[in-house]
Amino acid sequence: MSIFSRNARERIYFTMFRLCGGLVVLTLLMIVSYMIAGSLPVLDLSFLTEPPRGANTRGGILTPMIGTIHLMAIVFVFAVPVGVLTSVYLSEYQRKGWTSWFWNMIISNLAGVPSIVYGLLGLALFVGFIGLGRSLLASGLTLGILALPIVISASREAIAAVPRSVREASIALGATKWQTIWHHVLPYALPGILTGVILAMSRAAGETAPILLTGAAFYMSSMPDSLFSQFMALPYHIYAVATQTMAGMNGSPMVYGSALVLLALVIGMNLFAIIVRKRYQERYRW
Amino acid sequence: MSSIVVNDLNIWFDDKQALRDISMTIPEKGITAIIGPSGCGKSTFIRSINRMNDLIPNCWIKGKVMVDGKDLYGPDVDVTEVRKRIGMVFQRPNPFPKSIYENIAYAPRIHGIKDRKQLNEIVERSLRRAALWDEVKDRLDRSAYELSGGQQQRLCIARALAIEPDIILFDEPCSALDPIATARIEDLLSDLKNEYTVVIVTHNMQQAARVADRTAFFYMGELVEFDDTSKLFERPDNELTEKYITGRMG
Repeated sequence: MSIFSRNARERIYFTMFRLCGGLVVLTLLMIVSYMIAGSLPVLDLSFLTEPPRGANTRGGILTPMIGTIHLMAIVFVFAVPVGVLTSVYLSEYQRKGWTSWFWNMIISNLAGVPSIVYGLLGLALFVGFIGLGRSLLASGLTLGILALPIVISASREAIAAVPRSVREASIALGATKWQTIWHHVLPYALPGILTGVILAMSRAAGETAPILLTGAAFYMSSMPDSLFSQFMALPYHIYAVATQTMAGMNGSPMVYGSALVLLALVIGMNLFAIIVRKRYQERYRW
Repeated sequence: MSSIVVNDLNIWFDDKQALRDISMTIPEKGITAIIGPSGCGKSTFIRSINRMNDLIPNCWIKGKVMVDGKDLYGPDVDVTEVRKRIGMVFQRPNPFPKSIYENIAYAPRIHGIKDRKQLNEIVERSLRRAALWDEVKDRLDRSAYELSGGQQQRLCIARALAIEPDIILFDEPCSALDPIATARIEDLLSDLKNEYTVVIVTHNMQQAARVADRTAFFYMGELVEFDDTSKLFERPDNELTEKYITGRMG
């Protein structure tokens, strides 16, 4: 017999669980409010529309923001086709057996590779071997590879969720496998795929290590003018301001401002993913 | 409007044999029912007629299935052509999550019909033949999922009719439906049998007795008896058949 009644124990456990849940919510709220409070002095439109000046000590964050948006575009263009086609191959064409086990292992391990290692790969492969130099393209492709496993596993899940009965219906009408995939499997899996893509992109948007090694600049007075020029990007800009300027080291609002914008970008993308998924879920209910 | 001649058909899944030396001739038109207890291989059999078993990995097939004298498993057979000539309706209604119109128009489209007017005609004709037109003609652009289960199944029949098959296979088409919806499908089957060779798998013996002209009894992967429905149900030759239809087995 316990000293507490069953009801009392029930209440104790639930309180504990609720506290844990509350802690998680509180963490996010704290991060956001801390960022907002810290960045208040610089938060106005000119912060977004002006480039940084005076070696990052003054001005806005236009240049790094543009750089990050460019990176996202490259990640999207690279990771979506490669990732989606890979997952189509893996889930529709790959035979079950030890090879599919092998593929699964590769992909789940790829997702666990530390980002600095991707950076080294990018440095060796894109910057060095292929000869892109330290550039937007080299960084974008490196981030694209980093995003691939996320896109692939989300797409595979979405593709696997399309019921067999629908595929059979199409095949039984004399459709080829590819027609079935193109007209049915991919459209019905699209919301899930899109969600994965957006999550992968928001992950890539926040990475610092890969771009640090492959092309992000500490400070640039001009916008990147081609895929082969260097660029500024938000995560590295935050690091640069926070560690390499006196004001930054003393908690300059510019650091918080940049972080807030990056955070808004990432959270905004995640919200968009959630909305997309929600809308389509209602459309395709099996 | 084609006959189906099955010759020494054997099917294995991995090393488990699902069908054993099946030989039978299903004449053209009319309804042929396949009955038997669960796991007797009746679904495997019907799915071998439009080569749906090809989708299952580690499925091995030996023997011949001839339609109009041509072996469906021959070396230079285009399997999509086979399935175009042999339509199939499944156990659970499985419409595409698209509009009613798109459900029907899909198959003609992938087989090369692009003309909108022609597609409209096919959609109307198929829905009429599946006795669904009057219920849906005002909402062709609505999702097929808004239809009731029985309507969805008739939509699936219309979808199969849209490719102008000669043979239609029904794999327990009423097992997910209520009695009224079932009766409508059975009426429809009786209409279709004048134009198509209909093969239906059913676990419902009354259904076989009601609609089928001929009935085959499968047991443990073997064809036990195949005869006119009235003969099979009234004076079966085989003791197993008699046990099954009188409810002493299965």
